[in-house]
Amino acid sequence: MIRVTRKLEFSAAHFYHNPNFSAEENRRVFGKCSNPHGHGHNYILEVTVAGEPDPKTGMVLDLRELKEILDREVTQRMDHRHLNYEVPELDGKIPTCEEIATVLWRILEPKIHQGHLDRIRLYESPDLFVDCTADGTKGSR
Amino acid sequence: MKLSLWRRYSFPASHRLFRAEWSAEHNERVFGKCANPYSHGHNYALEVGVTGPVDPATGMIANLTDLDSFVREKVLDAFDHTYMNEQIPEFRECVPTTENVCRVIFQRLAGFSHARVEGVRIEETGKNSFEYTAPSNL
Repeated sequence: MIRVTRKLEFSAAHFYHNPNFSAEENRRVFGKCSNPHGHGHNYILEVTVAGEPDPKTGMVLDLRELKEILDREVTQRMDHRHLNYEVPELDGKIPTCEEIATVLWRILEPKIHQGHLDRIRLYESPDLFVDCTADGTKGSR
Repeated sequence: MKLSLWRRYSFPASHRLFRAEWSAEHNERVFGKCANPYSHGHNYALEVGVTGPVDPATGMIANLTDLDSFVREKVLDAFDHTYMNEQIPEFRECVPTTENVCRVIFQRLAGFSHARVEGVRIEETGKNSFEYTAPSNL
């Protein structure tokens, strides 16, 4: 099996706030991330697709097609957006790296038809990232 | 789908690779420059991965404040700016190769109560990295 990884970057704003918490509890649990004015990151997303290369093309998948999918599904959805207000898939969730990666996995997994989505790694910063990996139960969490 | 959260830290430390029961020549042959009796050091980059359910109230596998303070207490405060051969008790019993540093750090972190520690990855230099994964994942 071969794994192919494509990388992209998007910049977005967010803050953490749970409406069921008191103001004090939001500050205690989320620290500086609870600032209601928001703050931003340059997120880096690595998308890995695994499969056997097609014997005729030598490719697991057409990278141009993957690039188009990522542009449509990730860049247009999240780049230069406020994740608390502008991404419906994150409604009702705290837009942490864990939740963003989970949303991206659910969006991307059914769209990869050549090979299968093996891993997505989302960096919020160089010292914090989340890995989503396939666990063999397609479509499940 | 499986989710894990990784956090990156760093600590400078020194070590020397040798076995006291071996001759200087034998140590030199096996460990090369790393056997230098005066020791040498690295800026170790440490990545710690944890896994578990995402708490819907916080969106988190583990709060970074909890993870950071646990890693600081169990590892960084103990390893930072030390000569590991003499100042980390585990290395009285084994050679402080980065393979063993990974294993020792993993064992020190195993008691984290907020999530399961899935793995430890260490870059000894920009060219060498080592990863230890929880046995159930192998």
